[in-house]
Amino acid sequence: MEVSTEWYLVLSAVLFSIGAVGLLIRRNPLVMFMCVELMLNAVNITFVAMGAELNDVGGQIAVFFVLVVAAVEVVVGLALVVAINRRRLGATADDVSVLRG
Amino acid sequence: MTGQTITFIIGALIVLTGGIGVVASKNPVHSALFLVQTLMGVALLFIVQEAHFLAAVQVVVYAGAIVILFLFVIMLLGVDKAEEWQLKEPIAGQQPLALVVGAALLGLGVVTTIIASDGLTGQVRGVGEKALTSDYTDIERIGRVLFSDYALSFEITAGLLTIAVIAAVVLTRSVAADDLLEDLEPDSMDVPAAAPFGSNDSDLVTSVSDTRHGDDDADEEVG
Repeated sequence: MEVSTEWYLVLSAVLFSIGAVGLLIRRNPLVMFMCVELMLNAVNITFVAMGAELNDVGGQIAVFFVLVVAAVEVVVGLALVVAINRRRLGATADDVSVLRG
Repeated sequence: MTGQTITFIIGALIVLTGGIGVVASKNPVHSALFLVQTLMGVALLFIVQEAHFLAAVQVVVYAGAIVILFLFVIMLLGVDKAEEWQLKEPIAGQQPLALVVGAALLGLGVVTTIIASDGLTGQVRGVGEKALTSDYTDIERIGRVLFSDYALSFEITAGLLTIAVIAAVVLTRSVAADDLLEDLEPDSMDVPAAAPFGSNDSDLVTSVSDTRHGDDDADEEVG
């Protein structure tokens, strides 16, 4: 029984779905960011698997850039969480409704 | 079963249990630790596919930097309390609907994989330096391609990181809030008008004013 590329793609689909469900059902903004990280990692698995399938290093380069974007996203997102929590303690994603005019 | 298959199954189990743990943990700290487990599993899968450099970067950048940043913010904000996410549900039926959407995404991904796997002809393959079968080591290959074909993208990521650092500084500075505090209470610190800026600030102000009251009382008694 040999591991084929499809195995990695199916595993990636499962991990992506777990992350998407978590993003939808959790309300803590920090945990929501962690679920976004799960989805990004699922995509990374796909990139590396397809790169190995096609004998191309481009897949690994794409993962490299995804890593940079993930780091930037976390930095800005956590800065926003800190800024919001400083003004309103215990803010959850539902409190966005407060922005209603 | 070959060693590769066994390693893949172990890695997949680590990744999936970690992912479910991230979503199902009520405590954000537990979620962060399960996230570390998932990232380590992904690094293991990278090693199975001979992407050794990415596996190292995955551990150093993700598990070493990003998760630590998460934990740091959790501790800083003191939000490491269990979230009652099953009790309060402001939008009725949101969670069952989310599960349906997740199942749909999963079905879409699996079906697409099964359909598209027939289309993998292997005719479009990396050539020259880009080929994984070239004579270079993993890091050499990535470095050569990254600094030649993807040089412009690499420079843009430098700009992106700079923007992110500036954004983090601008978003989290407290100068504006302090100015507003002074505008609101020019004379006395007794009025708890600092409440809109978060209970942390108001606690600080209250405790300072309390101390002052205590000092005044003591002075009067002595006088």
